[in-house]
Amino acid sequence: MANKDILSGEGKLLVSSSPHIRAQETVDWLMWQVVIALLPAVIVSIYFFGFRSFYLILLGTLAAVITEAAIEKAMGKDITIKDGSAVVTGLLLAFNLPATAPWWLVIIGSVFAIAVVKQTFGGLGYNFINPALTARAFLLAAWPQYVAGNFPLPLDTVTGATPLAVLKGTAAGTLPTYGDLFWGNVGGVLGETSAVALLAGGLYLIYLEVIDWRTPLSFICTVAAFTWVFGGSGGLFTGDPLFHVLAGGLILGAFFMATDYVTSPVTPLGRVVFGVGCGLITVLIRLWGDYPEGVSYSILLMNLLVPFIERWTAPRVYGMQPMQG
Amino acid sequence: MKLRTFFGGVHPAPAKERTKNSPIATAPLPSRVVIPLAQGGAPCKPLVQVGDEVLAGQKIGDSEAFVSAPVHASVSGRVAAIESVPCPTGKNAVAVIIDSDGQDKWMDTSGSSLADLTATDIKDLIREAGLVGMGGAMFPTHVKVSPPSGKSFEAVIINGAECEPYLTCDYRLMVEEPEEIIFGLRAWLKVTGAQTGYIGIEDNKPEAVASLTAAAAGEKNIRVIPVATKYPQGSEKQLIAAILGREVPSDGLPVDAGALVQNIGTTYALAQAIKLGKPLVERVVTVTGTPLKKSCNLKVRVGTLFSDLLSYCQVSSAVGQLISGGPLMGIAQSVPEVPVLKGTSGILVLTPEEAEVPPERACIRCGRCVDACPIRLVPTLLDQYCRLDMWEQAEKWHVADCIECGCCAYVCPSKRHLVAALRLGKAEVLARRRQRK
Repeated sequence: MANKDILSGEGKLLVSSSPHIRAQETVDWLMWQVVIALLPAVIVSIYFFGFRSFYLILLGTLAAVITEAAIEKAMGKDITIKDGSAVVTGLLLAFNLPATAPWWLVIIGSVFAIAVVKQTFGGLGYNFINPALTARAFLLAAWPQYVAGNFPLPLDTVTGATPLAVLKGTAAGTLPTYGDLFWGNVGGVLGETSAVALLAGGLYLIYLEVIDWRTPLSFICTVAAFTWVFGGSGGLFTGDPLFHVLAGGLILGAFFMATDYVTSPVTPLGRVVFGVGCGLITVLIRLWGDYPEGVSYSILLMNLLVPFIERWTAPRVYGMQPMQG
Repeated sequence: MKLRTFFGGVHPAPAKERTKNSPIATAPLPSRVVIPLAQGGAPCKPLVQVGDEVLAGQKIGDSEAFVSAPVHASVSGRVAAIESVPCPTGKNAVAVIIDSDGQDKWMDTSGSSLADLTATDIKDLIREAGLVGMGGAMFPTHVKVSPPSGKSFEAVIINGAECEPYLTCDYRLMVEEPEEIIFGLRAWLKVTGAQTGYIGIEDNKPEAVASLTAAAAGEKNIRVIPVATKYPQGSEKQLIAAILGREVPSDGLPVDAGALVQNIGTTYALAQAIKLGKPLVERVVTVTGTPLKKSCNLKVRVGTLFSDLLSYCQVSSAVGQLISGGPLMGIAQSVPEVPVLKGTSGILVLTPEEAEVPPERACIRCGRCVDACPIRLVPTLLDQYCRLDMWEQAEKWHVADCIECGCCAYVCPSKRHLVAALRLGKAEVLARRRQRK
């Protein structure tokens, strides 16, 4: 009987645990969606900062991918570069540097991010802090003159200050308009200046449910609320929240780095706590710290609290009393 | 209108088109049936010996234990053997093997009128008919309808969700036998003393909603409720949450939420047992899958081998996996010579491509499992604890509450074997709890 041959003649029935069907989504798909979502910001960056922006972004990405492949090869592990996660790290690292950064700085940053922060702990899924941001912090400590300080102004060859530095009074210059901030026609690192391009990418990721809206919303709202209350020179409630939201790295950080899966909480409430925490630390640094900008340090500090946040924000299990969970 | 539903869940492709419109047909009488003595609760002792002649409907196994349901011969013929055989549960079990005489001679049975029966009568009748939960769990029904002292049922919920992809056996019963379902529900209400009967049906089955609503017209205390189409809507706890807006306590039973949930198949079997005096010896099974020429809903004698049904449905291309039940919670079989049990709702055949298990990667902590878990567990953390033998942590994070519905593993982009890990952890934690007692 043909039936018998197919079924037991070859003894090939696969026995595996349920469930026997899986959703289509893969790690690769998720990561490449993030890459796609970053592309508008890449294009705007090239428009405002010129070909050098493209060159640095390409260099950072290539360095990250090659480092990942080389380490995995040396360790005898599967090469995972096609999952897109190294591309995301390379892009974000380059996004966090100014167009004036020397080419070798980008490479050192990418190698550090992948080799030290990501692969040392076991690769994708195991690093406990964001690789691109940690690498940026490392570069800022080692070569502050190239990472902070003077920034190229868009469509121009002279260098100037970032809007937040001007606002803070640590640098001379005129404050940009909201329009300039919105489109990205201001000084800053490669990927942070254009609110519109980053929002387009961020909303795309939220629409596809690649990222959770909770983190960016709570992060941005916290910064807006606290800068409004405490950010003004004329006393309480005289701050300019819109300026603080649009200027600096808040939108890049809130949508693309605070939402990094590996280094942010998995619980829904935890993501809100994480976003609020990031917002508070950002405001603390911006208003009362030495640096004009605090987004990247706020995310790094909150990364370290993730295990605690998850423990405190475990969802209430079905059939459990609220306080027992 | 916002449909009632529960927290979490997933939306797998329903894959029901294959059999949705195929009316229930009667499978050919099998030449041999294999009837395991343990089908719900404690294993029965055989009441027959090798060589005995038996009639269809004759009780062939029973037990003194309260939590146990008797088993009956599903064909007439001669007992060929009583031996251990592979079962679709994945384990071997002792079964009575009957060679059919082809006559299909039945025991004399007589029906009764629901009005003449007391609650106790119905309970006895349920036990004698060997009724068990036919959704898969096979818990003895007479135990389920007997609440612990001091507790009582307020509502009976008939589970017409049928949320597992591919399966349509309950759907066909709802469309074809709505009067029997309503009759069965009235009997549940009588035996439990519950005030209200609900029938929860996913809103992607409008024909079933319509047919049952029509059949329930005039029944003041019966309500047909469309619920959102979302897996696992048909899980007992999730259906109670959706219909009653209450939760079953973690360490409690559905009766603690005032609810008795019954499967469509069991409800139909109860109606048959009352009206005709017929024990549970046949059930509707959805036999389906891409490799089959004829996917269909079949009325099948309990004990019929999967291989016989697959022959009938004609396997026309390579088979990668044979599953008892649906694709989310079903059990993969290593051989096709296993019998249909009282709780076998479907036989699903997957192609080698469909059956392929994707390679597992490291967790990227995307949190999709947390959003999908209908029990609101944190599957990714439990996965780690269970793999690292961190049983105290696993217990603290409530691994024992896992219902093994498969939502977490279904949505996982890293294709991790979350259910396998949590199932292991749950077994370990429950064993440790028993030891502590």
